[in-house]
Amino acid sequence: MKSMSKITLQLQRCARDITNMSQQAVNGVSHRGRVLTLDSMNPNVKRVEYAVRGPIVQRAVQLEKELKEGVKKPFTEVIKANIGDAHAMGQKPITFFRQVLALCSYPALLEDSKFPEDAKQRARRILEACGGHSIGAYSASQGIECIRQDVAHYIEKRDGGIPSNPDNIYLSTGASDAIVTILKLLVCGEGRDRTGVMISIPQYPLYSAALADLGAVQINYYLDEDNCWSLNITELRRALSAAREHCNPRVLCIINPGNPTGQVQSRQCIEDVIRFAKEEHLFLMADEVYQDNVYAEGCQFHSFKKVLFEMGPEYSNTVEMASFHSTSKCYMGECGFRGGYMEVINLDPEVKAQLIKLVSVRLCPPVPGQALLDLVVNPPQPDEPSYATFMKERTAVLSALAEKARLTEQIFNTVPGITCNPVQGAMYTFPRVTLPQKAIDKAKELGLVPDMFYCMRLLDEEGICLVPGSGFGQREGTYHFRMTILPPTEKLKVVLQKIQEFQLRFTQEFS
Amino acid sequence: MWNMTQLEYGTLARRANQIKDELRQGVRRPYKEVIDVFQGDLHKAGMKPLTFVRQVLAACVYPPLINSSNLPLDVRQRTQEELRRCVGGSVGEGNVCGLMMWKKHENASPRTGVLIPVPCHNKTVLSIMQLGAVAVPYYLSEEQGWALQVEELQRALESAKGVCNPVALYIINPGNPAGYVQSQKSVQEVIRFAWEKRLFLLVDEVYQDCVYGENCEFVSYKRTLSEMGPPFSGTVELASFHSVSKSFSGEYVCGLRAGYVELVNLDPAVMKYIHTLFSKDSCETVLGQIALDLMMDPPKPGDPSYLLYKQVVNSLPGFSCSPIEGGLFAFPRLHLTPKAIQKAKELGLQPDTFYCTRLLEEGGVFTGPGWEYGQKEGTYHIRYNTSRDVMEELLRRLSSFHMTFMKDFS
Repeated sequence: MKSMSKITLQLQRCARDITNMSQQAVNGVSHRGRVLTLDSMNPNVKRVEYAVRGPIVQRAVQLEKELKEGVKKPFTEVIKANIGDAHAMGQKPITFFRQVLALCSYPALLEDSKFPEDAKQRARRILEACGGHSIGAYSASQGIECIRQDVAHYIEKRDGGIPSNPDNIYLSTGASDAIVTILKLLVCGEGRDRTGVMISIPQYPLYSAALADLGAVQINYYLDEDNCWSLNITELRRALSAAREHCNPRVLCIINPGNPTGQVQSRQCIEDVIRFAKEEHLFLMADEVYQDNVYAEGCQFHSFKKVLFEMGPEYSNTVEMASFHSTSKCYMGECGFRGGYMEVINLDPEVKAQLIKLVSVRLCPPVPGQALLDLVVNPPQPDEPSYATFMKERTAVLSALAEKARLTEQIFNTVPGITCNPVQGAMYTFPRVTLPQKAIDKAKELGLVPDMFYCMRLLDEEGICLVPGSGFGQREGTYHFRMTILPPTEKLKVVLQKIQEFQLRFTQEFS
Repeated sequence: MWNMTQLEYGTLARRANQIKDELRQGVRRPYKEVIDVFQGDLHKAGMKPLTFVRQVLAACVYPPLINSSNLPLDVRQRTQEELRRCVGGSVGEGNVCGLMMWKKHENASPRTGVLIPVPCHNKTVLSIMQLGAVAVPYYLSEEQGWALQVEELQRALESAKGVCNPVALYIINPGNPAGYVQSQKSVQEVIRFAWEKRLFLLVDEVYQDCVYGENCEFVSYKRTLSEMGPPFSGTVELASFHSVSKSFSGEYVCGLRAGYVELVNLDPAVMKYIHTLFSKDSCETVLGQIALDLMMDPPKPGDPSYLLYKQVVNSLPGFSCSPIEGGLFAFPRLHLTPKAIQKAKELGLQPDTFYCTRLLEEGGVFTGPGWEYGQKEGTYHIRYNTSRDVMEELLRRLSSFHMTFMKDFS
């Protein structure tokens, strides 16, 4: 048996497992329909939706095309405030990062005197760690070792010295890749035993899409809009016990700072969540990609790992957790590089071996993204030549975001029919909009969800592309939209004003 | 968690890394460095990157270089073009995404089947298993230069009856690990078969730029399909995959992770869902997309040399190698003696793993054992990439090791 090819072995196993299999007649007969139709397609795919790039964005792209072709519209450009893509909205990249990446891409530049020494030193170190000294080579599937070490040091420094083991760090293609990978490990079981995954409402639709794709059971816990989108343990308990009736809840996902809501969890809240996860035997997934995007006074980012360890060995030795970070957000905004990592805590060693096997199938995360991540966790230090410029650029980006967060909240709250919670962090605002009953009826007539109808009209009339709240989840009977705070301040002011004007017109039309 | 536990993976790779570490630390071995020809990664094997591509990428990443007189004019102009372009239209890691479309729940009956060649790139098998589908093997004919025979496809299809519902036929052309290049006639036969049996064609053409066999020419499935005219051209569903990782004879940017899939004759309703699936993964890396663009419109590529290894390898007793017409790998057959096979069994190893392990330890060459890719029962192979830069040293070590090995187990 051992000398047989593995593939043949697998085929034989399948043959032994036959139950209720109907004979396929197709292969002996020529049917002239397509092989791949909506009916023969993976049914899970039908449930996958990703509103951030959904129908409204397709409409926006359509309008852009028409504008290019010279079609007259009430606006001269489409402002895509739907996606957290900083550079697309004019944010400038960090000079130091781009210099090092250029050096890595074309190492002959290491001889160019126009590049600072600290950039060259980092480029050399990264290239040294790459196969053939080239970022074009595949890397180890878990990510380049010295970069994982740097990530571990960064985490230790960030968390006040709590040790981080590079073996627990997995570099990934953006954070999304790592999130889906962990979910793949966690989701199993049939029927009532099917894995249930708790996720906040509202949530970033990668989660709902991944859960639909994997056929997991999505367990919604509602954030409290009246209290700045805070998380209540009572609500977690409610959601969990209801879910136990029909699935096997094993995972609790939390996004902090939040997307789309922007709330920054207090330290107390994080402790409560960890305690809850331990009591209810849940695997914690902490999405912390916005950890540098904290603006509101009195708010501070507390990493789940740090809090976990400060709660003592009773928790830090037992609670299983994965935290995620990325190069797409914060002050870098390098979405296109697809850099990211996850740190796993208390993962079963045998499962870790399977995890390594799983990530090996996709070979490796993009190497330029890994290189960029290395710079993010190992930026210029005070004694280095690039430090001053780096800090200036970093501060400029973060303070601009803070200012725009404040401005957005302030202006939206002056508009009748729109209420807006403080944007404590992240890059978005998720205001609630009160829609007149007539508008809701009209939407139903058109077969649209009411907030989609609202956003489509806004897009058609003002050329502003937002994402309807239904794409993120919201309490029944409430409507929201998500807007990014990324456009440059002057443009943002214009956007806010146009939304204000639209809101007034819309309300009047449907009064 | 899905059922991947029965697959063995990575033992040799781990040992290779261990040995590399030991050598770095100064441990004495019969060789100074490990020749790593396990993967199709020529950077690792020492191949130099193409300057033009790297210059453009560097300038795209750091636009102030556009004003640098150190960069040639065409590089600077090309950079400006790339930066002006809207890099929309996400492309995904095509292979895995294409297969996702049929994934069903494990307890749904019947399970989806995908016909795959033996030998095959092992990532594909892993991907299929990961999705809970059934891999249905069809054997390429080694005696006929790894030719794909329709009768064998028919046999494979028959074997799937009652086991799964085969919906797709996966083809690798040029082949990996066996470096064949399909003739136009063979491509037509496959298309006809797919049409008759209502199979979705998944064609992995990532090595289309690596063709060097005499009288060999890469013909794309899409082109052949179109030239065959109705009823085939309007009905056979086809997904063709390409990648920057294996393109550019001379430049391999595996680390950038970019590729594309072209879809032909797909149901428009399904296309909508494909779009959603791609969109939720945000996007392909931008550098990868730029590299892809440069690949589509490259400067003049060089020509690889290829005949040296074929000569040497075929002259070794116990070794035979089909003509390598394309791709990046050699997949020669090992004719192991009963003594060697027995020894492998004693150690609990597949015979070709045993060979590769000894080759690594004693010869410092890291290759892939044939069983990982699939092979006819009772045959053994090894796979290694045919990087020009290390070929001479590799053949020297391989010959020396092989002669000793054959003597030890005669």
